[in-house]
Amino acid sequence: MSARDTVLGKIRASMRVPASDEARRKTVADRLESTPTGVIPARAKLPKAGQVDLFCAMAEQFGATLARVSDYKSVPAEVATYLRARNLPAEIRMGADKRLKKAGWEAEKYLEVRHGASDGGDLAGVSHAMAGIAETGTLALASGQDNPTTINFLPEHHIVVLKAGDIKGDMESVWAMLRKTQGKGEMPRAFNLITGPSRSGDIEQTILLGAHGPRALHVIVVE
Amino acid sequence: MELTANKFKANASKALVDAQLQKALGNVEKGFIAKRQKAADALPEFDALRDNARDIKNHVLAHLDLYLEEYERKVLAAGGHVHWAETAEDARRIVLDICKKAGARTVTKGKSMITEEIALNDHLSANGIEPVETDLGEYIIQLRGEHPSHIIAPAVHLNKEQVEGDFRRVHTHLPEGRDLSEPVSLLSEAREVLRQRYFAADVGITGANFLIAETGTSVIVTNEGNGDLTQTLGKVHVVVASIEKIVPTLEDTSQILRVLARSATGQDMSVYTTFSTGPKRQEDPDGPDEYHVVLLDNGRSAMLGTEYQDMLRCIRCGACMNHCPVYHAVGGHAYGSVYPGPMGAVLTPSLNGIDETGQLPNASTFCGRCESVCPMRIPLPKMMRHWREREFERNLTPAVARYGLKAWAFFAKRPKLYRLAASFGMPLLSLFGGTSRRFHSLPLAGGWTRHRDLPAPEGRTFLQAWAQREALKQEAGQ
Repeated sequence: MSARDTVLGKIRASMRVPASDEARRKTVADRLESTPTGVIPARAKLPKAGQVDLFCAMAEQFGATLARVSDYKSVPAEVATYLRARNLPAEIRMGADKRLKKAGWEAEKYLEVRHGASDGGDLAGVSHAMAGIAETGTLALASGQDNPTTINFLPEHHIVVLKAGDIKGDMESVWAMLRKTQGKGEMPRAFNLITGPSRSGDIEQTILLGAHGPRALHVIVVE
Repeated sequence: MELTANKFKANASKALVDAQLQKALGNVEKGFIAKRQKAADALPEFDALRDNARDIKNHVLAHLDLYLEEYERKVLAAGGHVHWAETAEDARRIVLDICKKAGARTVTKGKSMITEEIALNDHLSANGIEPVETDLGEYIIQLRGEHPSHIIAPAVHLNKEQVEGDFRRVHTHLPEGRDLSEPVSLLSEAREVLRQRYFAADVGITGANFLIAETGTSVIVTNEGNGDLTQTLGKVHVVVASIEKIVPTLEDTSQILRVLARSATGQDMSVYTTFSTGPKRQEDPDGPDEYHVVLLDNGRSAMLGTEYQDMLRCIRCGACMNHCPVYHAVGGHAYGSVYPGPMGAVLTPSLNGIDETGQLPNASTFCGRCESVCPMRIPLPKMMRHWREREFERNLTPAVARYGLKAWAFFAKRPKLYRLAASFGMPLLSLFGGTSRRFHSLPLAGGWTRHRDLPAPEGRTFLQAWAQREALKQEAGQ
């Protein structure tokens, strides 16, 4: 008997259920099909403008810095300003996201844009988020060529561009978005929910920013 | 680690006089409790979410076999591998095989209690593969050759001066005169040192907070980002998870996530919640070439259908130990088992048997704080009581306690005799109380009087006082 059959057999023996119980199978299939939502906090249920404001407030509360710009054309200037203000070299790492590409980086003459996954040598990375979650000021990023996962974790500064229209009240709305883009039951290889810059409290329970991931998280919301 | 649960009393005595430890333990009570309370108070739906989280896990446990089948189907469809492990030994063998096939010389590890449970690091080391812990707390205790003293804050028993000493001892390639007096410089140094290790590692091993049946996804929840670097930069990602980590859907995951970080660290969300589904895909510029899940039973299937089934709802937030007066007093190492505190006092006997672990369910005052803060509403004191009953039935309780309990039970079951004895005993004790009205020492009560005085009984017994009160009431009524 395989280890799989042994473990499943032990579970069924303990629960005193047969393997072929159609009623139980139907219960499981129904739950996976209907994906009931459960309790959604009232603070997530806001009109659109309120959701964007709440997202910004929560993201800042959890340690991100934030800029709101009117269009994608303003993104490169905002990125350049961010780097200058922190005395960082004018270099960024970026994936192939079309919305980012079309922003017009050539306008920032001194900014060097490197493409593809991060190799660990980048001080600043720019990603485009799939969505924002107002409830907790959380960013949602999907892996792939457009936004390689390494950019989320290796650079010291992570700059994330987010469309105001993609900010949702609660986590559950992001699952609905994912089912639309990926298909039901499907996920990108890596899907990252990010709430603030990396931190650790492992030494004397004192929270310090900048553990193994980015030391700083900057969010640019495009209205 | 070596199980020394039945040396709890001796371990605790040592812990109580360990000044370094006592200083560090102050951080537990100071930090965690207020943070959790603040986070819970800020969310009016917190208790409703706890109810729902409990119901979700109960539903999963009632259908665990079927959800595991569904989860496996989805992992395979995403190009991942699923390995079933009945015992810790099986899991160790499976992980070692994967590492050997990958030609691994070093593996990085995200923080994982399950790999502590199966003692994976020792097994890999013994077979020539170097495991590198990357969570700051885990890294520190690995340097010291210790085990975690807390399930989410593994180095909570240490002070920063001790960490500085370890870093100076091990990081000999760095300048001697460097300033490491502040925690932030210790953190930066660990970050620099471990960066190299992520890139050099062939395999990254993580645990999982959740396994989602709907999508075949494993989820890790971290603050440092070390788990993500571990699983993104290695050529092979191995997830080691126990079978009860299953949740049905993404929505169910959200429900439990809303209580997890709040209960653990008082955060609304941990910094990184990462959903991983299968290996690198064709168009992916990064990610692991192989994705393996090792599903571990190790005694859990035997807990189903018993009075300990509710323990399988545990999401390892650590709130029970953060609120436990016994844990505050002695720390995690005194428990002598992988899982300390109240959750460990229930889980460890289930995994290792009550014969070897009987002192753990007795290491509780039954104050009930653990249950009152448990996000999954696990009745921990009730289950510790069940373990005490098992221990008593199996004649494992020490003789003095057995005879003491039997003597007490003899009187307690004969109320008239009990009252008679009390009506003689109490005035006698009161008489010997002298002018100080306190006893500095008493025969048979040395365990109490060694540390504090026993007040002498004053006036009547409770039953006498009650009878008099009732009589007065009746008089007043007439």
